[in-house]
Amino acid sequence: MREVVRFLQGGRVVELADVRPTETVLDYLRLRRGLVGTKEGCGEGDCGACTVAVGRLVEGRLVYQPVNSCIQFLGMLDGAELVTVEDLAADGRLHPVQQALVDHHGSQCGFCTPGFVMSLFTLYHAPETPATRKTVTDWLAGNLCRCTGYRPIVDAAMAACFSEIDDAFSRRAAETVAALEAMERDTRDVVIAQEGGGFFAVPATLDALAELTERHPDATLVAGATDVGLWVTKQLRELPQVIWLGRVRDLDRIEETPGGVLMGAGTTFAAAHPYMARIDPDLGELWRRIGSRQVRASGTVCGNIANGSPIGDSPPALIALGATIELRRGEASRTLPLESFFIGYGKQDRAPGEIVTGLYVPRLDPNHAFRCFKISKRFDQDITSVLCALRVTLADGTVTEARLAYGGMAATPKRAENAELALLGARPDRPASWAAALKALADDFAPISDMRASEAYRKEVARALLAKALVEIGGTPDERTRVTGLRAGEVIHAA
Amino acid sequence: MRHDEDSGTQVGAALASVGRPLPHDSAIRHVSGSAVYVDDIREPAGTLHVVPGWARDATRGRIVSLDLDPVRAHPGVVAVIGPAEIPGKNDVSPALGDEPMFADEEILFWGQPLFAVVATTREAARHAARKARISVEELPPLLTVEDALAAGETVLPDYQFRKGSPETGLATASDLLEGSLRIGGQEHFYLEGQVSLAVPGEDGDMFVHTSSQHPSETQHIIARVLGVPDAAVTVEVRRMGGGFGGKESQANHWAAIAAIAARATGRPCKLRLDRDDDMIMTGKRHDFRVDWKLGHDAQGLLRVVDMRLFARCGYSADLSLGVVDRSMFHADSSYYYPDAMIHSRRLKTHTCSNTAFRGFGGPQGMLAAERMMDALAIRLGVDPLDLRKRNFYRDGRDVTPYGMKVEEHATLHAIVDELEQSSDYRRRREEIAAFNATSPILKKGLALTPVKFGISFTLKHLNQAGALVHLYTDGSIHLNHGGTEMGQGLFQKVAQIVAEEFGVSLDTVKITATHTGKVPNTGPTAASSGTDLNGMAAKIAAETIRGRLVAFAAERYQIEPAEIVFADNRVQLGERSMTLGELAREAHLARIQLSAAGFYATPNITWDRPSASGRPFFYFAYGAACSEVTVDTMTGEMRVDRVDILHDVGHSLNPAIDIGQIEGGFVQGMGWLTTEELVWDDRGRLRTHAPSTYKIPTASDVPEDFRVELYASAGNPSPTVYRSKAVGEPPVMLAISVFSAIHDALASLNPGAIPDLDAPATPEAILRAVQSMKRGRAG
Repeated sequence: MREVVRFLQGGRVVELADVRPTETVLDYLRLRRGLVGTKEGCGEGDCGACTVAVGRLVEGRLVYQPVNSCIQFLGMLDGAELVTVEDLAADGRLHPVQQALVDHHGSQCGFCTPGFVMSLFTLYHAPETPATRKTVTDWLAGNLCRCTGYRPIVDAAMAACFSEIDDAFSRRAAETVAALEAMERDTRDVVIAQEGGGFFAVPATLDALAELTERHPDATLVAGATDVGLWVTKQLRELPQVIWLGRVRDLDRIEETPGGVLMGAGTTFAAAHPYMARIDPDLGELWRRIGSRQVRASGTVCGNIANGSPIGDSPPALIALGATIELRRGEASRTLPLESFFIGYGKQDRAPGEIVTGLYVPRLDPNHAFRCFKISKRFDQDITSVLCALRVTLADGTVTEARLAYGGMAATPKRAENAELALLGARPDRPASWAAALKALADDFAPISDMRASEAYRKEVARALLAKALVEIGGTPDERTRVTGLRAGEVIHAA
Repeated sequence: MRHDEDSGTQVGAALASVGRPLPHDSAIRHVSGSAVYVDDIREPAGTLHVVPGWARDATRGRIVSLDLDPVRAHPGVVAVIGPAEIPGKNDVSPALGDEPMFADEEILFWGQPLFAVVATTREAARHAARKARISVEELPPLLTVEDALAAGETVLPDYQFRKGSPETGLATASDLLEGSLRIGGQEHFYLEGQVSLAVPGEDGDMFVHTSSQHPSETQHIIARVLGVPDAAVTVEVRRMGGGFGGKESQANHWAAIAAIAARATGRPCKLRLDRDDDMIMTGKRHDFRVDWKLGHDAQGLLRVVDMRLFARCGYSADLSLGVVDRSMFHADSSYYYPDAMIHSRRLKTHTCSNTAFRGFGGPQGMLAAERMMDALAIRLGVDPLDLRKRNFYRDGRDVTPYGMKVEEHATLHAIVDELEQSSDYRRRREEIAAFNATSPILKKGLALTPVKFGISFTLKHLNQAGALVHLYTDGSIHLNHGGTEMGQGLFQKVAQIVAEEFGVSLDTVKITATHTGKVPNTGPTAASSGTDLNGMAAKIAAETIRGRLVAFAAERYQIEPAEIVFADNRVQLGERSMTLGELAREAHLARIQLSAAGFYATPNITWDRPSASGRPFFYFAYGAACSEVTVDTMTGEMRVDRVDILHDVGHSLNPAIDIGQIEGGFVQGMGWLTTEELVWDDRGRLRTHAPSTYKIPTASDVPEDFRVELYASAGNPSPTVYRSKAVGEPPVMLAISVFSAIHDALASLNPGAIPDLDAPATPEAILRAVQSMKRGRAG
């Protein structure tokens, strides 16, 4: 067992024995280190002012991801390289992304700028990204700027981020990789114990994780902390015992099987993105719109499921696709259809000490048609008001099976059973044949009004989205039915 | 020194600094993370942290009991301060005495501070602040415009402009049209939240670093609550991480609490609001209901306009007098109203006190005017642009509802004509009609709307500014003025002006923090006036020093003053040449003063509010925008496809900074009118108090096809600094073109019917309008 958290910063290994379980990276930088270049804008991972870059080895290759340091716990840096805005200028010269922002007038008040710099730093280091403005605006969806209107920032990115990678980090990449590999070779479990029984624990194997969670059923499991972080920063909850899943070996595995995609509980949205995009462009587009690049880099698909939010974006689409999840408690494992996991508001079919270990998403068959829509006030990085996902099985143009799931319409992600039934025998190319299904939605859902949408709008748009899905499946070209998304003709890089 | 009229007109001379697209003065520090904001200042030893406490269950009610013992008992708490700890007055209002620092009898909105915790860490203070036991006898809150109208509650008296005889106009117009429009408010969402660091000094002095657009007012309010003379308090602002009006009056409260905490503990105290507290506690752009009625002739010429502006001001007056006045001043947009009644009510509700926000009420007035134009165009079946142009101010039809003559309407006409051509408006109008004819689900819309924005504070005494310039004997220049830097590039523009005066490169001019001890009694950096006022004051100060140097050198070297030229980092003295530093040293040895204060007061403004007469504005800034949108009529989703902007900044002092203001203002206005929705629940609790629920535009909301140009101006006809024009606020209203374009798309659903679209045009608002159009009951 190791009793220090260890990470790389500025080419040096930092070892910390005094890490509070929920101490954030941002507080560490600003309050303990006096590194105040990284800013706090919102404290909830929505504005990106606190963005730092975190480098990790992915299949032996050094990959930099943007991370919201305000909701990332310090201990989660274990085994990684931390890069902040202070680290970028080298030999008295600005980094190319910094210089481009100056040259293109990309800062006004400057408060969001360090976060943009760090997001652009990760784009600069990202391989094989298409040099389009769409790539950039997607990359920057998690960085809010209130001054510039973004155009000069996007210009700066276009100028700096798509040429040959040549900076201090690329030049010392070999040493960095070696240092990260050396840390990776230390496969001991990490436990930073606190007075009074608290701890920050980093189990290294699934067995150790299962044993730890069974022994401490009240401990908080943290994967990406994109939700749990807010419990701390906004709800001011005390979480004395934290178990981080980020170094559990093979938990982040993801593979394509003959029938679908299998992913472990540590798989981030970012890692799953290309796999999901290959299943269906709508699924890829939904993935692109989940959170921001920062959130997708840290947040995990299984975490999104396990916390059981009624407005989690992935569950309705995964339910429509017939996904199943795997749970484990101690030695015992079980598998269940995803929809069965959600019992009621904030309540899931998960026993104390039980953990979600994996997810299986079946591929679409040739006789399947799939559509998925997300409605929100803003296209990017917004919480859904209504999410609709439909998979129909068609035989000679007639629906023989329907899986229709919604988010934002009930206390849980939920299938529309009445509408599904009414769809059987309907033909998407004949609207009269599915009128009953639209009507049946009224029996499936009694949504609420909140700050995102009214009950009336939710009901209306739930019908509209089902109708739109069927109109598209029935033959109307997608670019005539949508203002946004891949099927409306946009080209987006899924990685 | 009297300001020389001609000094503002050096156009045509070769300028080394002025007019160049130089980066923001702090650009390199911004990207390096080394630009210091208040929270980044290295804390003095022993600094304590302050967090305000409030009643999370009460919107309006009488405080029955407030038990702070659990707060005091929390580990790390050093002090808890409430009304009893205020040595001076429990009042942080700008003027009217209606905003207590801590509510002591009655809670007037959800989020009103009752006390503050002072602790060794911010985290401890945040936790402790939630531990108060508060008992409130609740009273029913007034929340909406309708609630306040029914109760007859206002924060200030009603006010109106009356022109001609509106009654006669309404009786004699050949046709009448009326409608009502709801306009949402807007959260500033400055990226840097409210923050202050108060450092106590000797003899009751207090030094406060803060993020305020109005350091003088912050100083005066701190002095008021401390019960000390203004001279005992010094306020400094190096930069803000965004302001947008949200730190014009709203920074005062937190600076005052920090100062009281510092006084109570004798230690430096920092207060940085949590984002949610910031959004809950501070004021926002006013939301409005506007009821309008117009009379017109068969050609669509307006005969009369009657507009009733109902502004939701919140629990106190704050700046609502000026804000709603400015709505009235812009209720004409760019159109001539022969007869007019512009009436306003400042309604009191139990919500946060609405405040300044870029445009300061102007956008709401203009939006209502543009809605009238769109509605009338639909009624008459004419292109909205034709109707707009027909009603533009022009010769003989040039007097506003408040009696001021619009002198520069030719600029407005030229901008709109040029944009009409460059945006290809007519051809696209036809293409969109063709698209809509064959597209049942998606509908496109197009709109070209003008901006005419009055420049000057309508509160006349605010139109003054001071600057302080020192020339040191090494030739370096210390520049200080009363304006504050919030990202708008004011410091850089003023530095360019001063560098120009001395003929030196910009690195010679040291930009310094705004400081109430250097330039006193300043106005807020607001009303787009920062450069007009402070640039001129700094120019005057620099001219003074330069004049002394010239007089000295002319005598010393027996040359004509005209032979002395300051250029290219040298001073040419006839045949001789020396550096500015060498000349400064010589002058210093000869006991010439190398420091000067500059003062400027805007000429030619004579507004008298009680009689609603005179000239409120020095000049108008103009612009126009053409926006194209696509609306999904099944879901209400909307995409902005293309935006063309042509905007007038006179002779630009810095085209890069001006373009930045135009684009940023446009996008901010677009957010106000589309994705940014403030939602209060039926108990008066703001439900959108974080960026998770309140959605300002992201990069992908800005159309890829975004064409922004500066109008090729012959210079501001009014004698402003280098004949430039103010640019901070006017571009916000360019975004009205987006709202009008959405309205245009909806209008295609049912020709002749007027869409009932309220702002913001969220998907839900758009779908509601779609449904009413389809039902045929619109208008």
